[in-house]
Amino acid sequence: MLVVALVVLGVSVWLLWPSAPGVRRAEQRITVVDGPKDDQRVEIDTTFFAPEGGGRVPAVLLAHGFGGSKDSVRAEALRLARDGYAVLTWSARGFGRSTGQITLNSPDYDVKDVKQLIDWLARRPEVLLDAQGDPRVGMVGGSYGGAIALMTAAHDARVDAIVPQITWHDLADALFPDAAGQGPETGVFKRGWAGFFFGRGGVVQNGLQAFSARPGRPLSPEEARCGRFLPEICDVYQTIGATGRATPEAVALLRRSSPVSVQGRIKAPTLLIQGQRDSLFTLAQADANARAVAGPVRVMWFDGGHDGGNGEADWLYEQSKAWLDRWLRREEPAAAEAFTITRDGGRDPGTRQRIRLHPSARAYPGLAGTATTAVPLSGPEQNIVNPPGGAPASISTLPGVGAALSQGNVSLSLDMPGQTAVFESAPLSRPLQLTGSPAVRLRVSGSGEVTLFAKLYDVADSMQPPNLPSGLVAPLRVRIPEGAGSAEVAVTLPAVDHLFAVGHRLRLAVTTTDMGYATPDEPATYRVALASPAMSVPTVAALTAGPAGIAWWTWAMPLAAVAVAALLLATGRVRPRRTPASPLVPVPRRTPGAAGGDAGEAPHPLVITGLTKAYRNGEKAVDDLSFHVEQGQVLGLLGPNGAGKTTTMRMMMGLIHPDAGEISIFGEPVTPGAPVLSRLGCFVEGPGFLPHLSGRDNLELYWAATGRPAEESHMDEALEIAALGTAVERPVRTYSQGMRQRLAIAQAMLGLPDLLVLDEPTNGLDPPQIREMREVLKRYARDGRTVIVSSHLLAEVEQTCSHVVVMHRGRLVSQGPVSRLLASSDGPSSNGHGPRLEDVFLDLIGEQR
Amino acid sequence: MTYVAGRTLPLRVEIVRQFKRRRTMVMFGLLLALPWILVIAFKVGPQSNNPQGNSLRISDLATAGGLNFAAFALSVSASFLLVVAVALFCGDTVASEANWSSLRYLLAAPVPRDRLLRQKLIVALGYSAAAVISLPLMALAAGTLAFGWSDIQVPGTGETIPALDVLPRFGIVIGYALVSQLVVAALAFLLSTVTDSPLGAVGGAVGLWIVSTILQAVEALGTLREFLPTFWNTAWLDALAPELDFGGMAKGASISVTYAAILIAVAFRRFRRKDVVS
Repeated sequence: MLVVALVVLGVSVWLLWPSAPGVRRAEQRITVVDGPKDDQRVEIDTTFFAPEGGGRVPAVLLAHGFGGSKDSVRAEALRLARDGYAVLTWSARGFGRSTGQITLNSPDYDVKDVKQLIDWLARRPEVLLDAQGDPRVGMVGGSYGGAIALMTAAHDARVDAIVPQITWHDLADALFPDAAGQGPETGVFKRGWAGFFFGRGGVVQNGLQAFSARPGRPLSPEEARCGRFLPEICDVYQTIGATGRATPEAVALLRRSSPVSVQGRIKAPTLLIQGQRDSLFTLAQADANARAVAGPVRVMWFDGGHDGGNGEADWLYEQSKAWLDRWLRREEPAAAEAFTITRDGGRDPGTRQRIRLHPSARAYPGLAGTATTAVPLSGPEQNIVNPPGGAPASISTLPGVGAALSQGNVSLSLDMPGQTAVFESAPLSRPLQLTGSPAVRLRVSGSGEVTLFAKLYDVADSMQPPNLPSGLVAPLRVRIPEGAGSAEVAVTLPAVDHLFAVGHRLRLAVTTTDMGYATPDEPATYRVALASPAMSVPTVAALTAGPAGIAWWTWAMPLAAVAVAALLLATGRVRPRRTPASPLVPVPRRTPGAAGGDAGEAPHPLVITGLTKAYRNGEKAVDDLSFHVEQGQVLGLLGPNGAGKTTTMRMMMGLIHPDAGEISIFGEPVTPGAPVLSRLGCFVEGPGFLPHLSGRDNLELYWAATGRPAEESHMDEALEIAALGTAVERPVRTYSQGMRQRLAIAQAMLGLPDLLVLDEPTNGLDPPQIREMREVLKRYARDGRTVIVSSHLLAEVEQTCSHVVVMHRGRLVSQGPVSRLLASSDGPSSNGHGPRLEDVFLDLIGEQR
Repeated sequence: MTYVAGRTLPLRVEIVRQFKRRRTMVMFGLLLALPWILVIAFKVGPQSNNPQGNSLRISDLATAGGLNFAAFALSVSASFLLVVAVALFCGDTVASEANWSSLRYLLAAPVPRDRLLRQKLIVALGYSAAAVISLPLMALAAGTLAFGWSDIQVPGTGETIPALDVLPRFGIVIGYALVSQLVVAALAFLLSTVTDSPLGAVGGAVGLWIVSTILQAVEALGTLREFLPTFWNTAWLDALAPELDFGGMAKGASISVTYAAILIAVAFRRFRRKDVVS
């Protein structure tokens, strides 16, 4: 039944679930004018998605990543449109089928394009306006698309909210990082990523598809050199790619395309989503953006990034949508968290799948954490070499390919021997949750300019390779002054969120090479030592605190359940039936006229009045049955199979609820468990014993279950009647049918009840035992007790009983003393003997002889 | 009249009636033998060459000491063996009486119906509790004898909690295991009052338990799964974490009590109105 209910529920939900609202889609090419002098016409390939149905709704500009086009974000656009936003996707200039050249989101080109797209949105009838020409618009995009969101928000106040994801703050710093903090001019060139990044600007490809793309038409020399890049940008890349050095012009050009150039000008509420596995645009870029934005900011570190795919796209979509809902639709947010982070949450208790937790803090703590733990490192000063030509190089991550290979937490890192200095902590005595950028001071001895890479490993034991969290490495350039011989440098290690378990050690490795970076070709030897033994590890305690309090239903549900349970029990009480006796059948008393229960006048042992019980199919098992039994009688209940004898007896015992009528025993109405039942001994429809217990144990435990004192049980007399001999100590399951029968009758006689009810007591007994039983019953009744015996053996009733009640099809057919029943028969029967009960009985029930 | 309804079917009598049954003996024998079987399995199996353990799963830490071993024994048995034990004690109790026909004689004795159910429920829960408690206690004894008495090493982080600090937490674990089995007990008990077949009641309870376990693997159900009776079954692991977290256990206990209260109430209500024809 439950299964059926569930199936019905499931099917109806399936049928009634609202189908996703439709989305109208329109493709158009929008001509924009841009360039430093506003003289370049560019055709932007766009698609506009609007939810079906009227009304003006907020708009979202959905930007694609580097190397993509408007088609890359089609799925997300449809989803946003179904959620009620008008969405405009476009291929940025130089990408897809848009014309123009790639300008890296330059304010002179791309930003101007997008401002004109906003103009276009302001003219659409579907788009909600804040003012004439000012649509309610948000911008969402990842990487290249995230940067355009930040840049546009800085240059166009009409943008009402932005969600920039895995993007940069300072492109120069991202490509020329320096963990020693001296800026991109002396930074270490991130050659692997830069090559990958600029390479994709040539022929549009997406990620690994580049390997399987079919060759197109041959490229011209200029196309082969610069692809679709703006020539100035192409020239700059040619220079820095060859030298591995950022020229001042290169830094200036890259910064023009970076939010670092528009610090404090971004007023739009900004949700910064940055990947924890991202060696291209690190968490530090988002941190800098968070400080650069003047409007409200929320920062999220999710499980993914340029190195690690995106396993929680749905979660990010929900968070982005919530941000848009809050600032474009002005909906009150459920919670105002400023910092949310994705952590491994162990396994789901139901599916055993890995789950992610999203602890939050009310304030964004930055990369220095809200507290720091000093972890002492140790290790001597070590000699390391820079190999000639920088090969073989250590590996931390593989730009662009790492995303495909390192799904999960597999660490690809490899340090080359002789190139690495190692400093380790003692095994941790308590877990350490690092959140942010650890800091350490090193002393480097050597000469000239030294290029180093610092990494922080999590070392479990000697059996497992050390784990480099997120595959991140901090490159640094140390300039050792002439004649000094050594220099101290403060190193900011990559920002990560990582739990160091108990017993694990922190290992700081300093290497001279890394495959992802440009390193000097000249061979050299350096010495590296700890300038200060303590590494400062930032922590954010607010994130570790679990959700405060316990969900309301945790308390409410059990209380409600207890209330429901109490209600179920209170309403389910069976009240004693108080139906008045049928007026047609006056309750007989021993003394006619004495209606009340006078003192000294014991009521009848059994009075049945108008008793009716129907089967479920409506057929009546007992139909308006009325009779009574007087004290000292041995009453035979006679009737063919199905006459309702057993049902009547079950109702006497309170096992079955009558539909109508009343049974009273010694003047008390019978209800389930009525105390008066203790004066009733019964044996109905076969014995019922615990098969694993002996006969004696069964009787003793049965008597104990009645709660009455053991001395009232008359156990010995009962056992005598059972006549089991030594078998009484054997488990009942070894008994024969007759033995069980006798034991059951003995059980019925325990405590010598005033009314004994036996159903077919002689079944399964042999003739001597039958005779014995007959005597037992007669003797039992002689002592002033009453016995009711049902039987189908007519001779048995004739010989045992003083009175008889004949039933047929649930109805009373006749009642009275056996002798009177026989006398009332019509004369002697054909065989010449006196009338026999059998003949009388068959007459009564109307059977033909 | 010496009959007093409140004295019928004393707990002592019901305990004796149930105790001498073979299934009771077999079930307790199994529960008490299981820790020793596990000890032998760990002793016979190839030893890990790394005592610290590469991964910090609960099974890898089982041989770290008596407390770890007891936690392991509980984790492997809580999901099914203890469920079967509890379903057996609670599902068999009324249905087997109906099956033997002894139920009608108890009711005509007369033991009032509510009282019969109450006494039987108390005794069945008592046996269930004894089963749930005896396994980890025996595992603690067996594990301490076999692997020594040492501080517990927490699965996952590998942190060590002093043995004396963890003993009260072990009490919490056992207490939660008891509460979380309340659903099975109540479900089996309800089925026991509905059917005359003990196998049907026990099998039905275990079957519905399995259905719930299968449903909770359907992630598409989302937070609905939290309201499945089996969902929080392993929440007691939180009690052995360095930071004691009652969140999961509170939810699990809440769900368990909720289901149990309603199921038991339904059982009483049905049984009151039932025509006993067995």
